[in-house]
This record gives sequence, C-alpha cells and structure tokens, in this order.
Amino acid sequence: MINIKDYENIVGTQSISEIYRLSEKLKDIKVTNINSTAVGGGVAEILSKMVPLLNQLGVKTSWGIIKGDQKFFSITKKIHNALHGKQESFSADEFDYFLKIGRQNMNEMKLDDDIVFIHDPQPIVLVEEKESLKNKWIWRCHIDITEAIEEVYKFIGRYISFYDSCVFSAPAFSRKDITIPQILISPSIDPLSDKNRELDESEMSSIFERFGIERKKPIITQISRFDYLKDPLGVIKAYKLVKKYNDCQLILAGGGASDDPQGIKVFEEVMEISKDDKDIHILLLPQDDIVINALQRGSDIIVQKSIREGFGLTVSEALWKEKPVVASAVGGIPLQITHKYSGILTYSIEGTAYYLKQLLNEPDYVKMLGRNGKEQVKNNFLITRHLREYLLLFLSLYYKEDLVYF
Amino acid sequence: MPEFEFKTEKHLTKLFGLEARRLSHLYNGIKTVGTSSIYYHTHRFLKQHQFLSPEPPNDFAYWIKNALNLDELSEKLSSIDIVGFLRIEDLRKAILEQIELWLEKNEDVDCHDPRKRFYFMSCQTFVISTGYRTDNLKDFLEILRVVDINSIYFHIFEAKMRLKKEMNDFQSWLIEIGRKDLSDKLSNLDPYNITLENLRKKIIAIIEKSL
Repeated sequence: MINIKDYENIVGTQSISEIYRLSEKLKDIKVTNINSTAVGGGVAEILSKMVPLLNQLGVKTSWGIIKGDQKFFSITKKIHNALHGKQESFSADEFDYFLKIGRQNMNEMKLDDDIVFIHDPQPIVLVEEKESLKNKWIWRCHIDITEAIEEVYKFIGRYISFYDSCVFSAPAFSRKDITIPQILISPSIDPLSDKNRELDESEMSSIFERFGIERKKPIITQISRFDYLKDPLGVIKAYKLVKKYNDCQLILAGGGASDDPQGIKVFEEVMEISKDDKDIHILLLPQDDIVINALQRGSDIIVQKSIREGFGLTVSEALWKEKPVVASAVGGIPLQITHKYSGILTYSIEGTAYYLKQLLNEPDYVKMLGRNGKEQVKNNFLITRHLREYLLLFLSLYYKEDLVYF
Repeated sequence: MPEFEFKTEKHLTKLFGLEARRLSHLYNGIKTVGTSSIYYHTHRFLKQHQFLSPEPPNDFAYWIKNALNLDELSEKLSSIDIVGFLRIEDLRKAILEQIELWLEKNEDVDCHDPRKRFYFMSCQTFVISTGYRTDNLKDFLEILRVVDINSIYFHIFEAKMRLKKEMNDFQSWLIEIGRKDLSDKLSNLDPYNITLENLRKKIIAIIEKSL
C-alpha cells in the first residue's frame, strides 16, 4: 500500500509535513464518504486513494456505497445527464422512486460520524437524516451543472441547501442560487498508482501486443467510458479527417461503470461506425490501470473530445506522462490546459482534426507541450494538493473566519 | 534575542456563483464583493504563477486583457502600485476608479465567448507553522534559502495587506533584533513586480551582504 511519505520524492518534504500539521487538527474527527459505486469512474478512483491516505494521517475515514436496483440506477443516470444539460424525460413516479431508494439507504447506513461527505447526486437524499444527527454534511458535486435542466436542478437543489458546504471542481459550476458555502476543489491524479507510475518498454509492448496493435504508425488515443458525453463518434470523425493526410491509428478504450446502463448502446454505435477500418481499435476494457497507463504512454497523441466533463482527469493523466493532449474546452479541462502552452483546446470535430494533423507533423512542438503539461500537473493536480484541500475543507466546517491561525 | 517563527499559509478557494460577462458586470462585482475576494483576485497570481514572469499581477487585469481585449485598461490596472496600499478597501477604490474612467469615455464591452466569463472567488486562509524558528540572523538566512515559497509569501504579503501591519514580518523582526538598516533595505523592494523566487533571492542577497 502506498504511504504518504512516498510522495516526498515528487512534491518535497515540506508539502508532506504541512499535510501532517493540518491533519493533527482533525485527529478526533471521524469522516464517512458515500457514493454510488466502488469501481469505475473518477469518483471511486479518487476515494480508493483518499480514504487510506486520510487514515494514515490519523483522520478516521470510512467509505460507504448506496445500494439500488437497475431501475434506481437508470433514474440516477438520467438525473446525471439532465444535470449535464441533456434533455431527459422522467415518468411520474421516477423522482418518487429515487427518493424511496435513497431513504431505504438512509435507514441502512451509518451516518453519525462527525462529517458525512456525500459524492454526486445519487446519495444526495441521505442528508434528510442530518437534522436528527446534528453533524456536518458536505455535498461534493463532480459534474458540470452549468446547463442543468431546470426541473431536475430544482429537485436536487432542495437537498443541496440542507448541507453545510458543497464542493465544485471548476469555478463555472458554482451557482448564485446556492446559499451554503461553495468551495472549489479540483480533483487529482495519483502519480504512484498503476495508472500513472513509470512503465518500462517491455511492460508497454506486451500490452500493445496483447491487443494486436502495432506501434509502427502514430497512435491517437481517447481513454473514456463509452458514453455519448465523451463523444467517441466525434473522435472517429476527427480521425477520419486526419487519416486523409496522415497515416495513423486510433484507439478508443474504456470501460463501463456499474451505474451506467447506457454505455452498451454507445459502444454498439461506435463498433458499427468503425467496422471497416482496421486502424481503429475499440477496446472495451475491464478495470485495469496498467493497461490504461500503457495505452497512454504508448500513444503519440491523447484526445479528450468530451461534450461535457465533470473535470476530465484523463487529461491530467496524459499530461503527467508528457503527452500532447487535444481536448475540448469543457468542464475542468481549461483549468488543466493552457491553450498552446501545455496542450490544445478545441471546440469542434474539424478543429480537433486540424490540431491533430499539426501535432503529428511537429515533434519539437509536441515535446514542448509535454514538458509544460507535466509541470502544470505537478504544481496543481496531484493527489497531495487534493488531500491538503480536503483537510482544509473539513477544518472550514469548524472555523469560519477568513484568516485562521493555528 | 526575540525569536522568528516561519509560518506558512494554505488557502481554501470559495465560489459564490457571481460572474461577469461585461466590463460593467466586473465593475459592479468589484464594488460589491467582500474584501477577501478583492484580496484573492489581486494576490492569487503571485502564488500560482510563481515560476512565470511577466504576468499581469491581478485577475482583473488579466481578464480585461484576455477576454475583453482592452490592453490599455488592463495595463492601467496592472500598474496600480499595490505595495502603496495598506488597506484592501483603498485598493478596491483605485481599481474601480480606473474602470469608471474608462467606462465614462467608452462603450461597455462584452466578452462574447461564454467560456471566458469572469468568476468571482475568495479564499479562507489557514496559517500553520513550518517548524522553522530562529533567534539569529545567520540561521534566519539559512532558513530563508530552504523554506517553502508560501512562507515567504505569507510574511511579506499577508502581514501588510490582510493583517494591516505597517511593515512586513521580516522587517518587524529585523528592527526587533536591532537591524533597522536591513529592515529599511527590505522596505525598498516592490514584491509585486517580481516572482516569489526572485524575491527570495533578493532578500537573501541583502542579508548575505550584511553578514
């Protein structure tokens, strides 16, 4: 298991001792995290790192997962999409069913720790229990709600107001109508995890061989769940525009989260549109971080052509590996990429193709982007910064002054 | 000899859903937000871009240049002598005056691109010890070489602007240990126009010379 001290070589001893000093102020506090899935997606991934690290620091932290049937998760997926701005139709009983399952979980879960940290909308209803417990509650919104469908936002918004604080990943996601404190905390990547650690050439080659992909032609890769919000069909269209002038390959690789029933449908559409091109590799993967790491490291360019993003951590993962990244300017991606300095921001399929062609032909420019991108992630998007901000967030529930002296 | 304890600070950024699409929105926002927001937007650049220079030293100037393309107004806001202000309210007034003057002579300007809107933020600051303390100038110098850059930031900027002291913490301690000469030399530095790392080097050079 990774130890907090292992990060000293990357971020320096002072950063780690500051984290220890802050955690000392929370040594009597118990924190429960709750979300809807143990694997798949960025939230589960961050929690799987953060929970053991907080415990190592002496902050007693646990992690619970709400239970629900397929109907419940179909509804939560639609709520998720609607908060992202996609028009979804809800039948009369669906909101009631969402509340019913939420309340069932409320009765079955342990919610009396000092701080209850709820992640995303699926378990948001649990806060109804707060009044009887008198503890502190935080709602962490990992998604972009700037263009949320009003009816769904109003439904969710009623619950947000019961919390003590809420957390967003980007400034644009905050809202004037929220009356509780709104905190900005960007997510992060773990440089020591299997997904991001250094790999040697033989490890990398064996994984490409396993999928039958030769690395003779340049490789463009998008790592994402098969989800229409990640626009895999748009990536294929951009690749086809590039392919006319630059011989290259495309990898679309990703898994499906257990709370994402729409994924299979998107995957089938992707298979259909790409079936006649042998240079397009579609990989529906089980959770395997070393495979993702190898695919990113073995690629020449990483694409993240999302239509909406909570944050888009795959961008930071690729930047950390010194890869040039071409990504849509949505969600938290512009926070990670300064256009033409640490990566490329695009707004269309044609724009994506234009920059892909440029990068395939300009190796020096690619190197410069890679170097700057890694520095940007080192300074702002590693797990140690994230951990420190969670400690500050917990402290902010007890200390209200603008300037707090310890 | 009185002891100097090197402290550092960590910020938690706060949002309040207040955005600006036009110059007039920015003006109204600057007029109404709390002082911690003005402080945040005029000092954030110093820390985040500590390795990059030159950069406009405040968020308002940066947005006016990059989203509204108003180079002249941006330059005016960049060149406000922040070091000359002891109170954030006075700094707020100076910024508003420049925007007012511009709006009197020109049409309001829209940033058009919704992705380039300005979002008002503020921060809550937590001050903790770095573990370094000393009662003599020689050790003080050695600590200055290695202490986290945020500690330098805290003792130089927070002391004056947010804690409303007449001089920064280094200057105060130097006077306490009978080195007013060095304190005066530090008062001549304008910390807003150099990166924090270069500021560290300049302070080290001043003290090194005296030993």
